[in-house]
Amino acid sequence: MADVTYLEALRQGLWEEMERDPRVFILGEDVGAYGGAFKVTEGFVKKFGEQRVIDTPISEAAIVGAAAGAAHMGMRPVAEMQFIDFISCAYDMLTNYVATARYRAGLATPIVVRGPCGGYVRGGPFHSQNPEAAFFHTPGLKIVYPATARDAKGLIKASIRDDDPVIYLEHKWLYRRIKEALPEGEEIVTPIGEARLAREGKDLSIVTYGATVWKSLEAAEQLAKDDGLSVEVLDLRTLLPMDDAAIMRSVQKTSKVLIVHEDTRTGGVAGEIAARINEQAFAWLDGPIMRVTAHDVPLPYAPTLEDFVLPQTDDIVKAARWLAAY
Amino acid sequence: MVSRAAPARQSPPIPAGLTRDHLVEIYRYLRLTRTLEERLTALYRQSKVIGGLFRSLGQEGESVATAYALARGPNQDILSPLIRNLGSMLVMGAPPIEILRQYMAKAEGPTRGRELNVHFNDLEKGYLGQISHLGDMIPVMAGIALTFKLRGEPRVGLVYIGDGGTSTGTFHEGLNFAVVQKVPLVVIAEYNRWAYSTPPEKQFAVKDLAEKAKAYGIPGTTVDGNDVLAVYEATKFAVERARRGHGVHLIEVKTYRRTGHAEHDDQHYVPKDELDWWAKENDPVDRYVKQLVQNAWVEDRDLKGIDEGVKAEIDEATDACVDEPLPPPDSALDGVYIDPPAAPRHWYRGL
Repeated sequence: MADVTYLEALRQGLWEEMERDPRVFILGEDVGAYGGAFKVTEGFVKKFGEQRVIDTPISEAAIVGAAAGAAHMGMRPVAEMQFIDFISCAYDMLTNYVATARYRAGLATPIVVRGPCGGYVRGGPFHSQNPEAAFFHTPGLKIVYPATARDAKGLIKASIRDDDPVIYLEHKWLYRRIKEALPEGEEIVTPIGEARLAREGKDLSIVTYGATVWKSLEAAEQLAKDDGLSVEVLDLRTLLPMDDAAIMRSVQKTSKVLIVHEDTRTGGVAGEIAARINEQAFAWLDGPIMRVTAHDVPLPYAPTLEDFVLPQTDDIVKAARWLAAY
Repeated sequence: MVSRAAPARQSPPIPAGLTRDHLVEIYRYLRLTRTLEERLTALYRQSKVIGGLFRSLGQEGESVATAYALARGPNQDILSPLIRNLGSMLVMGAPPIEILRQYMAKAEGPTRGRELNVHFNDLEKGYLGQISHLGDMIPVMAGIALTFKLRGEPRVGLVYIGDGGTSTGTFHEGLNFAVVQKVPLVVIAEYNRWAYSTPPEKQFAVKDLAEKAKAYGIPGTTVDGNDVLAVYEATKFAVERARRGHGVHLIEVKTYRRTGHAEHDDQHYVPKDELDWWAKENDPVDRYVKQLVQNAWVEDRDLKGIDEGVKAEIDEATDACVDEPLPPPDSALDGVYIDPPAAPRHWYRGL
């Protein structure tokens, strides 16, 4: 059983779906001959040809719009945003056209829009973003955000097979940092809408997703060692639709919740999670629902600045300790 | 020298490979468009049409003629109409009763009361309704035409854009994408003089929209948009060229929007004499009728018969749906996704 990276797992998932289903095709900037800015689609054009791996102009709205049109006709397009920061250029197409198509007109639009997101890589304001909150508000879209290699593979496959549009966020800090043994020949499909219990605990729950799953696990380990605290870590995996039941199960077990995400705080996904817990599990709470997130600034470049702005393991440790003592 | 008898006076040949039956059918669609819109105007004044009413008065000719140049029938060519392309939808086979239901937000309408006016679709018949964000249908139709190309199907896409719509980013992105992918797409740029209240000189600095084609490396043609047969002929050429794999073609149709942006708009910004001139001298339906009759292609009385038939058809469609119910309120929750099938109802609605 070979260890595969998060990036390789994603690549395998895409490759297998391309082999399985002739309706699947890829379009995006530099995805063909170059193999994608991070080499996710390296070798694809050689195997599948230029008709199924399409290099496009720098036109995110056209990439998403054309994917939508093809999807209406029964195709299964996977559109790459070279960096997910550029998905904002397709915001209109995604929120007004794609997201509403089934509801307003009964139009199937099974597209996947995927791309590298996230910071901790000194990418500066326009190569580090986490855009989930901008789309989380839009009925009609689904948003998945894998944290493990297994889910990187399982969620890309599930997203391609889903009959509705899915935004697939892949964290570039995890691309080559995370490895996992994935049995060859095993069909891995992660159901959309199901969270994963990344670590069991009884004193406090951390609800998180993406790169901060790993930082939360690190924090939980440290808290167990230094403070004797039993911390549960829930990896949401899918943000939209959200697995409320898994969140409430964890809250009922620990009665204290820390929500951790890399995105900025105001209007972020953590606020919605807190509101849902308040509505659905208020009686079980033994303390305030607290958040650890990025500070509300654009993400700066200098390591000293980026490290200060983004949530770090140490921040999670301190916040969890404070909440445990509440 | 062989002597020949002087030829008897006869009508000139019908252009563009059309037959008399085609000419009559085109007339029928023109009349159907105008009559249906007149009925919608009456229903609007009775508050039965709930939202805005957008008329295509003065532009019916180019709508009908462009659509008529497509291959029609189940799973043939596909077009994407704008609000002033009711005629294009009718040509593709949209039933008038569906238009009436849609405008009146009926439960039985094609979007079950979710969308307005001509924003609906039937991809099998070959029309994909627009969204209100102008320009967005160009990338989407590029994707549909891309699918035709990928599958090797001899089908063509056709998409409309107004003079104002050419100022959008999606117009540029979508057109450029379609061109470099060499997909079978025809773009009809409708120069109708008004984008809501804004004239062309405040939208762009070219004289003709066809000039824009040069920047994309494609042919651009300007046609008298109120000359039905000229529009048909130009579109037919572009459509068959696209079908043969030669890529995108832009056709500019010069026409004139003779009503306000919608029925609420009194057009105070439009010179009255300009409106009068277009109504009296350059109405596409009047011009078409004159051409048919003067060339003795069709008898005046045949056209009268069509007018009566169309009126009866619209009467019947209106009577059949005008008293239908609006959609039940909680039907608003279903169908955002396949799964989950419905959005949750808020807790306080059960109190």
